[in-house]
Amino acid sequence: MAAAVLLGAGSASWATDAQPLAADPVVEARLVGIAEELRCLVCQNESLAGSRADLAEDLRREIRTLIRQGKTDQEVMDFLVSRYGDFVRYRPPVKPTTYLLWGGPFVLLGAGLVGLVMFLRRRTAPDALALTPEEQQRATALLNDNKNA
Amino acid sequence: MKKFFLVPLVLFAILAVFLGVGLNHDPHEVPSPLIGKPAPMFSLPRLEAAADGAKFGPQEMRGKVWMLNVWATWCGPCREEHPVLVNFAKTGLVPMVGLNYKDQAPDATRWLAEFGNPYLTTAVDADGRVGIDYGVYGVPETYLIDKTGTIRFKQIGPLTNEVLKNKVVPMIAELSK
Repeated sequence: MAAAVLLGAGSASWATDAQPLAADPVVEARLVGIAEELRCLVCQNESLAGSRADLAEDLRREIRTLIRQGKTDQEVMDFLVSRYGDFVRYRPPVKPTTYLLWGGPFVLLGAGLVGLVMFLRRRTAPDALALTPEEQQRATALLNDNKNA
Repeated sequence: MKKFFLVPLVLFAILAVFLGVGLNHDPHEVPSPLIGKPAPMFSLPRLEAAADGAKFGPQEMRGKVWMLNVWATWCGPCREEHPVLVNFAKTGLVPMVGLNYKDQAPDATRWLAEFGNPYLTTAVDADGRVGIDYGVYGVPETYLIDKTGTIRFKQIGPLTNEVLKNKVVPMIAELSK
């Protein structure tokens, strides 16, 4: 009997612990989806979804409110970008100031390919290294000189 | 073609320039998108008159160049910044309004009594909701707002005498014309 009461009390307290998550699974799922894409500004290498910083909690609460107000994911994103700038997004938008960021790796890859092609061409063209008849003659003369000495 | 030995040298030079720029760049200073935008409106209770319910809003400061300083008693760098603010307030150059961010009112009142009060008034942002509108992520932060209510400058982290002298004062002179 006592065990049953204890067990009952135990499960009741678990139920209250879990309540914030269970409150609205749809809102929570969308919150996580959005927050995974956002950077926590206090500890910059953590996402807003994973951060335990005070500000991150406030922002998650704010995003929850916006979701409940029926805002789309894009609108929630814009809300945060208008306040904290593009830096909050892990995937920055493509625009003139970020062309180098997005294009840079491909430019480097292209430069590497050009370098590689140039290198290989030089290597597979042994004719360029071949001696002209005059050079061949001089080389033979030098080698003979050496032998005689 | 013989110049190929220069390639690693040039690559190294480019890399060194990028790393050099990176060294002089504080990743915690995120450029605010609010520069040049109207200061977000709010209406918050004042710390001094929390009882009678008089509120403060940026609209009260229309026609004036003013500063909004976000601070809290739990914030270490704010303590460092406070004497600078008290000194600056003595010059009477521009009114300064405090935004007491996620703090306890009694603590904040005690702080101002103890260290001096550089603020014209202090608005109480207990839940940090207004802070979010202003893109606050690391207190202290300070905004310089012009006569039309547009944010012109934002300092992230404590204001120092150097920043005031080299950036803020010239800007105030420009905006006060």
